[in-house]
Amino acid sequence: MTSAMYFLRRILFAIPLLLVISALAFALVHLAPGGPFDRERKPASPEIERHLKAKYHLDEPVWRQYGRYLGDLLHGDFGVSLKYRNHTVNDIIAQGLPVSMALGGLAFCFALGAGLPLGFFTAARRGRWPDHLGSFFAVLAVCIPSFVVAPALILIFAMKLKWLPVALWETPWHMILPPIALGSYFVGQVARILREGMLTAMQSEFMTAARAKGLGETTLLLKHALRIALLPVVSYAGPMLADLLTGSFIIENIFQIPGIGVSLVNSSLNRDYTVVVGLSLLYALLLIALNLAVDFAYTCLDPRVKYE
Amino acid sequence: MVDGQDGKTAFAAAAQPSAINHQRSTSPGQRAWQRFKKNRAAVLSAWFLLALLAVILLWPVLLKISGGDFARLHNPDQLSDGQFAPPSEQHWFGTDVHGRDVFSRTLFGAQVSLLVGVVGAGVSLIIGVLWGAVAGYVGGRVDSFLMRLVDVLYSLPSIIFVIVLITTVGEMLKQSHFVQTSPSAESALRVVLLFVGLGAISWLTMARIVRGQVLSLRSRAFVEASRTLGAGTAHILFRHIIPNIFGVAITYVALTMPAIILYESFLSYLGLGVQPPMASWGSLIAEGVSQINPIRIYWWLIVFPGGVLVTTLLALNFLGDGLRDAWDVKGK
Repeated sequence: MTSAMYFLRRILFAIPLLLVISALAFALVHLAPGGPFDRERKPASPEIERHLKAKYHLDEPVWRQYGRYLGDLLHGDFGVSLKYRNHTVNDIIAQGLPVSMALGGLAFCFALGAGLPLGFFTAARRGRWPDHLGSFFAVLAVCIPSFVVAPALILIFAMKLKWLPVALWETPWHMILPPIALGSYFVGQVARILREGMLTAMQSEFMTAARAKGLGETTLLLKHALRIALLPVVSYAGPMLADLLTGSFIIENIFQIPGIGVSLVNSSLNRDYTVVVGLSLLYALLLIALNLAVDFAYTCLDPRVKYE
Repeated sequence: MVDGQDGKTAFAAAAQPSAINHQRSTSPGQRAWQRFKKNRAAVLSAWFLLALLAVILLWPVLLKISGGDFARLHNPDQLSDGQFAPPSEQHWFGTDVHGRDVFSRTLFGAQVSLLVGVVGAGVSLIIGVLWGAVAGYVGGRVDSFLMRLVDVLYSLPSIIFVIVLITTVGEMLKQSHFVQTSPSAESALRVVLLFVGLGAISWLTMARIVRGQVLSLRSRAFVEASRTLGAGTAHILFRHIIPNIFGVAITYVALTMPAIILYESFLSYLGLGVQPPMASWGSLIAEGVSQINPIRIYWWLIVFPGGVLVTTLLALNFLGDGLRDAWDVKGK
């Protein structure tokens, strides 16, 4: 079977997968007691509540509701938010997704921009104190949760030094601290993966051969070891981007950034059925697409890789 | 019967020379232990974790024994007027918004955080080892079905599902008859929910690694020999395969634990984990972050719980790396 067939099959396989995910999320939120109208400002009269439920078809059996939902989904309609009734889920996604994508994308650039040099530097100075220091920083970055990095950055750069704004997402100045806080974990991961790959590459025979030819250490590292060592980083980059896009809810929460991560957490606390299911589906779709893209990129970069 | 006897003697005879050769050698476990002891960072981390564990377990006992002022001052649930006191001789880590001793709260929170880490890693160990061992040993259609399922689960936003699961099942718990009759059961059940939820999303890597190991072990000579001697599947699995993946399993438990502790702190940070007055490191840091304001900075509310959390995660990571090098596990 060719790679093209393989990828085609994976794309087709994603459709039943998304169906299962939507059914699971739908069942989970609907089976739990309590509804979206429980916390209205005033205790609604039974009549009002009955009308509300009828309007949003919540009085029908769950499977009928699910069928209706899927039908709307086919038209690209994620439904109406049950909590904020003048918003559709499509609105929420249209407003939040670009923000979350920008945040995740910037954090992705930061992770690679800082992680790759750190990994290269520690591998080049292997076994000496710059390596020990750099490697320690890499492990430290992996161990400090983003919700500790974020307040630390706010305390230092926003409150003490007053260089950058404390929160929100408006000017470019607002877009410095959140990506750093979100990406710091991945700086450590990228550095560790690159260092490991470089060290393995440097022990291989073609490196000995290149050294025997009389190539300088810098050329060896840059032209030979780095190229091999970048492959595992590429295969990590896909899950990393997915994690950055789907895992930003804490950072969005701390910096009060209006992304979709915050919407997801709030809506599952508010029992806003349509928003929870819609956003879960969106996240799953993002993840599946990114994983596919990475596997595809891998076949282009490394011709030895064949999928079957 | 006679045939079996012959086979056994022939095998024993063949094994004889190598047995003599290896008389002075050590078991794989002992060799791993030797290598582990040479890794200073890992050994130091192990001692640190043991010391932390001792302090966490002994501190409540100490409070109970000493009684009087000392116990009242350090009672993690004791409210007092001295709110937001900076670290001092009385309150080593300062006090929080309700005047509670942060040092005590950090240690009591550690119980929850570490317990979630240990139990969650245990859940992921059991599911992962069984799943991977069955897939690798049985092979064929069963293998491809089980591993395809793992691939699918890998491509799902797991933490999102834990959030949805915890909010919805948590709501179900709240409404259930059992919880309404005994309120304290709710917080306990929520912790159990955390164990299960976090363990259930953390076993995938374990299953993959174990399957790979089992695949290679299955065709090794000593397993073939055992099969030739008439051993059944269960005997081979539990006597030969599972003991041989012990090193891999223990390594990945050490590396899964910090990940689960981190997940728990994320959830508690969002208010989805343990419920007050119970605390975990994540919820303590969340309280500290919520007190950030431009006028006064209560740094000790973040620095101390955060510092203990980070140090513990560091130690677990170093320990895991040390174990991996000692057992020479080729990770993915």
